[in-house]
Amino acid sequence: MTDTGRTDGEDGHDEEDLAPGEEAIGGSGIAHGISGYTLGLVLATLLTVGSFYFAGSRGLIWGPGIPVALIVLGIAQIGIHLVFFLHITTGPDNTNNVLALAFGFLIVFLVVVGSLWIMANLNHNMTSMADVIAMQR
Amino acid sequence: MSAAGTLPDRAPHGGQRDPYKIGHHGGGHHEATGHGEGGPASKRIIVGYGFWIFLLSDIVLFSAFFATYAVLAKATAGGPSGRDLFELDRVAIETACLLASSYLCGLAYVAAQAKNMLWTQIGLLATGLLGFVFVLLEVQEFAQMAAEGAGPQRSAFLTAFFSLVGCHGLHVSLGLLWLGTMMAQIWAKGFRPAIMRRLLCFNLFWHALDIIWVAIFTIVYLMGAGA
Repeated sequence: MTDTGRTDGEDGHDEEDLAPGEEAIGGSGIAHGISGYTLGLVLATLLTVGSFYFAGSRGLIWGPGIPVALIVLGIAQIGIHLVFFLHITTGPDNTNNVLALAFGFLIVFLVVVGSLWIMANLNHNMTSMADVIAMQR
Repeated sequence: MSAAGTLPDRAPHGGQRDPYKIGHHGGGHHEATGHGEGGPASKRIIVGYGFWIFLLSDIVLFSAFFATYAVLAKATAGGPSGRDLFELDRVAIETACLLASSYLCGLAYVAAQAKNMLWTQIGLLATGLLGFVFVLLEVQEFAQMAAEGAGPQRSAFLTAFFSLVGCHGLHVSLGLLWLGTMMAQIWAKGFRPAIMRRLLCFNLFWHALDIIWVAIFTIVYLMGAGA
């Protein structure tokens, strides 16, 4: 223990700070914890069922729209998981966690979109292997 | 978060007004650790935050596998495509297992915070069993595909598929090992602060794996089987 004079010991709950995955202080105990996870489960189940239903449906929605619908539902479900299971919120006690998450998303976006972009350009600019083989004959 | 002109200023009565504490209603004391006053954050906050950064780096690792898969998804080299191979019924059961597992893991943490040994262990056991069913189904799928001649050596698409989904399955398997040791530690040592920190990290890990699975079943299975 340092000499800051705090009373909450090495691992006592800081009054106004949260580790990722922890629920905000102010929630009252077991019932609150269980209801939060249950709401998350219900929402995630609805979105999952929706995804599988759209993927299997024919003619319900316009065909080329299906991948877009799936991606929207997937992103929504990731959001549900972050909020209800990982307890990432917009509260001031969560600023550090949210900033780290935002940086992670930026890197993921750069890696995935950048790879697709570069490889699509390469495919476009390069002679296909079949043409190369034909030229060598 | 706030404009430069509104950064911490002195309240008329001389106390420091902290703009980051907006929305706090808790108690009468106004020290907030990690906000520049009240001393360093406790070990629990630091451990949780460090593990959160590890998880984000793990997600960045997965993003490389996702990018590889997305680039190679059409490179089937005349072999079977996702539409021929994927069985969505099995994927639906896998998804249900992992989602329920993630939920029960959260409930086990609630029980651990209430220091209830029985329900903590029951919750963790159910978490582990559902995770185990998930891994079994995935191994069955891989074995079946390999037996049909659609192993990772068949095409670039299948190499990327086995790498991505296999990497996630490996994470789940390692998570199961961790879960087993976690249950033994809680049983032997009780709800000590150090044990609770590990359980918090395990919770984060397990929920993050579920998030990655959401991306996998959407991008690989549903879009692969439909396209």
